[in-house]
Amino acid sequence: MLGEAIIKGMAVTAKNFAGSYVSKDRLPTIQYPEERQVLSEAVRNFPFLVYDGDDWEKGLRCVSCQICEKECPPKCIYIVKSKDKKPDYLGKPQLYPAIFDIDLSVCMSCGICAEVCPFEAIMMDQDFELSNADRFGGLLVNKEQLARSHDHHMRIRPSEAGPIEERRAAAQAKAKAAAEAKAKAAAGKPADGGD
Amino acid sequence: MSAVLDHPASPQGAEPSITPPQASGTPVFAVTPRAREDGGIGSDLLEVSMGPQHPSTHGVFRMDVVLDGEVVVKLKPVFGYLHRNHEKIAEGTSYLASMPYTDRLDYFCSMTNNWAYALTVERLAGLAVPERAEYLRVILAELTRLQNHASLCGFLLQDMGAMGTPLMYAFREREKIIDLFEAISGARMMCNFMRFGGCRCDAPRGWLQQAARVVDAYPAFLDEFETLLNENEIIMARTQGVGKVSAEQATGASLTGPILRASGVNYDVRKVDRYGIYDRFEFRVPLGDHGDTYDRYMMRVLESRESIRILQQALRDIPEGPIIDPKSKLRGFKPPVGECYGRIEAPKGELGFYLISDGSTNPFRYHVRPPSLINLTILEDMCVGHSVADSVIILGSIDIVLGEVDR
Amino acid sequence: METLEQIKARVEAAIPGAKLKVLTNDSPCAQHSLLLDPAHAVDVARFLRDDPKLRLDYVSNMAGVDWPDAVIKTKIKKRVEKDGQDVDVEETIESLRSGYLEAVYHVYSMALKHGPVILRLRTEDRLDRISVPSLTPVWRGAEFQEREAYDLYGIQFTGHPDLRRILMWDEFTDYPMRKDYVEPDDYEYEPTPHDDVVEKARRHYAPEAKP
Repeated sequence: MLGEAIIKGMAVTAKNFAGSYVSKDRLPTIQYPEERQVLSEAVRNFPFLVYDGDDWEKGLRCVSCQICEKECPPKCIYIVKSKDKKPDYLGKPQLYPAIFDIDLSVCMSCGICAEVCPFEAIMMDQDFELSNADRFGGLLVNKEQLARSHDHHMRIRPSEAGPIEERRAAAQAKAKAAAEAKAKAAAGKPADGGD
Repeated sequence: MSAVLDHPASPQGAEPSITPPQASGTPVFAVTPRAREDGGIGSDLLEVSMGPQHPSTHGVFRMDVVLDGEVVVKLKPVFGYLHRNHEKIAEGTSYLASMPYTDRLDYFCSMTNNWAYALTVERLAGLAVPERAEYLRVILAELTRLQNHASLCGFLLQDMGAMGTPLMYAFREREKIIDLFEAISGARMMCNFMRFGGCRCDAPRGWLQQAARVVDAYPAFLDEFETLLNENEIIMARTQGVGKVSAEQATGASLTGPILRASGVNYDVRKVDRYGIYDRFEFRVPLGDHGDTYDRYMMRVLESRESIRILQQALRDIPEGPIIDPKSKLRGFKPPVGECYGRIEAPKGELGFYLISDGSTNPFRYHVRPPSLINLTILEDMCVGHSVADSVIILGSIDIVLGEVDR
Repeated sequence: METLEQIKARVEAAIPGAKLKVLTNDSPCAQHSLLLDPAHAVDVARFLRDDPKLRLDYVSNMAGVDWPDAVIKTKIKKRVEKDGQDVDVEETIESLRSGYLEAVYHVYSMALKHGPVILRLRTEDRLDRISVPSLTPVWRGAEFQEREAYDLYGIQFTGHPDLRRILMWDEFTDYPMRKDYVEPDDYEYEPTPHDDVVEKARRHYAPEAKP
C-alpha cells in the first residue's frame, strides 16, 4: 500500500518523541551551565605546568629542557632558559624557565607535550571556559597563568597523578636518606677530608 | 564563464554543446541561448556555481554545473578551499608530530586516520604491535565506522529534505560512541590515540564493558532507523536509479569503500590485505546490485551490522597485556632509509599513506591517499542527466569530508 | 603474483623497445618498484592493465616526489697493499646526482586481488624538462592525483585530459611541495610566540617595508 512505510516511519518518530520525556537514553541534552557534564578522567584540553608545595615559582617542576617546545606540532610553546639554577625536589640544582609561554590560540590540544615530558612537569588540563575578549594577547599565557598545583592534577586525574606522586615521594625519600647519610659521613670525618 | 568549463570533458564524461559567452570577466553565472533543432524555443543553458558556501556541499566545496533547465549537463568539482598543505607540514616535523595532524584529515574518523598512519610507519620501521593494542585498534576503528555511517545516513536524509529528524537520531547514537572515544583518548574527535607500535594508553577501567553495552544497544537503533527509512516511498523515489555507477566505471575510476561495493565490486581492504588482525574475525562484505544512491545508502546500514559482529567478537576476545612495542621510541624516532605504502579500509574508502624516509627524524616525503578526493573522480558521470536536487544527494551518498579532500 | 623480474621480462618481450628497471627498497616492508621509460610508459601501463595474469586495473595511489640535486656517498671496500700486507680499506666515493621529479604509482588488481606493483616515472631534470606521460588514459583513477602532482610539484603530464591546478588557485605560480620552495613572508600572519614567524610577520607589516 502506498504510504504504508511513511505511516510506519511516523510511528517511529512518535515513539522517539514520547520516549524523550522518560528515557535519558533518548535525550542526551544537558542544561549548561546549570547542569554540568561529568568529564571523564582522560579529557584533555590545554597544558598546564605542575608545581609542588605552596609557592608556584619555587615549586615548578619544569627544568626548561625544551623537549616539549621541540616536539610541539604547531610550535605554540616558547621557552627561555634561566641563567642561574635552583634546587629541584631532590635538591639537585636545575635550570628553570625564565619565560614559558603557550599560545592557546595555536595550541591544538594534542597532548604530545605532556607525553614527551621526562620530568612530569607539563600536564593536560580540563578547564574549557577560557573565552577571552583579546584574541592574541589574552590567549598568550605565561608561566604564572599556566602554573597549577599538583593537588589540582590529583583532583582531575587521580589515576595518572597517583603513581607519579608515589614515585616522586619515593625518590625524594631516597635522596633525603642519601643526603643524610652523606651528611653523617661528613660529620664523622674531620673537615679536612674534603673532595 | 569561468575557465573551468572551457576544458574538454573527462574521457568518459558527456560532451554537451555549449558556446562560451563572450562576456569579459568572470560572472557568477552565465546564460547561453540555444535554439532547438526543430527551430522552436529551447531552454537556455545556465552555468551555476554551487558552493563554496552551499549547505549541501558538506563544507567549502564548489561544483560548477551547467544546467539545461533543471538537468545537469556538465559538472566540474572545484577543490582547495580548505587546503593547508598537510604534506608539507608533515615533511617539516617529526614523525610523531604528524599524528595529531592526521586527526584533522577526515575529522569524523580520526581513529582510522591514526591507524593508517601508524600502520605505514610500523611497516617502514619494522615495529610489531602487541596483541591487546591490535584488538583495541580494531574496536576503535569499527566504532568509528559505526558513527561515520550513522552520520552519513543522517546527512544524506538531510540533503533529501528530511530536515533534522534522522540526523538527530543518528547524532544521538554517534554521541554515545564519541563519549567512548573521549573516555579512552581524551578528545571527542581529535583523538590522537595510536602510536607507532601500539596505542598511547590502555583503556580505562570499565571502558570495555561500556563499549560492549553501546555495541549491544546499537542494533536496536539500526532496526528503528531502517523502519523509519528503508521502505519509505519518498526515499525510494528519490534514490533508486539515481547516480548509477557500473562496476567497470567504479574500478576504472579507483572508487573505494562502500560506494565501490554498492556497484557490486567485492573489494574490501580488510579482507584483501588482512591488515592488523582482521583475519581473526568472521564478517561478510555486503555488495550492491545497482550502484545507485539507494544501494549506497543500504551499504552503510549493512556494513554497520557487520561492524557490530566484528566488535562483539573483538570485545569478547581482547586479551590482557602490553599496548605498545617496547622498541618504539617517542623522542628521536628515526626509521631506516626506505619507503612504504600502507593502506587500510577507512569508513569512506581506502586510506593510504606513502612515506619515504631518508633516515632522519622527519619524513622525506609524506603523501596521503585520500578516499574522499578520489571518490569524486566520477561525480560528473554520476550527476549528468539528473536534476540539481539529485546531484545534491548523489554528492551526499559519496560521503566526502573536505578536511581530507583538500588536505 | 609474479615477481617484478618476471613482470619486467614479460613486458620487455611484449613491448619492443621498452626498458624497465627494478629498483630495490631496503626498508623492512621491501616494496620494490619498477622504473619505466617515459617513451613506452603508456604502452607498458596498458599491458599491465590488460594482461590476464596481472590485470592491474586499479591505481590506488599516485604521488609526486621531488629529488633535488644531492651528493650520494657510496662506501666501497677496497683491497690495498700497505706495509707489504693486503688490507681492506673502506673508501667513500662521492658522486653528484642531478635532481629530478618523480611520479610514483601504486597499482593493484581488484579483479585478482593482488598488488601492489609500484611504477615510477622520472623527469629529466627539475627545471624545464619536467614532462612525463600521463597514465590517466589507462587508469582514470589517477586523474585527480596527477593534477595534484602537477599543482604541487609542477610535473607536466602529457596526455592528461584536464591538467589544471587542483588545490592551489589558478593564479598561483609556484610549486609549494618542491624542496626549494620558499613561502611568502606573510603566509602566516598571526603572531605565534615561536620561531621566526613573528619576526617575518613584523617585517612584512612594518610601515617602512610597504612601498
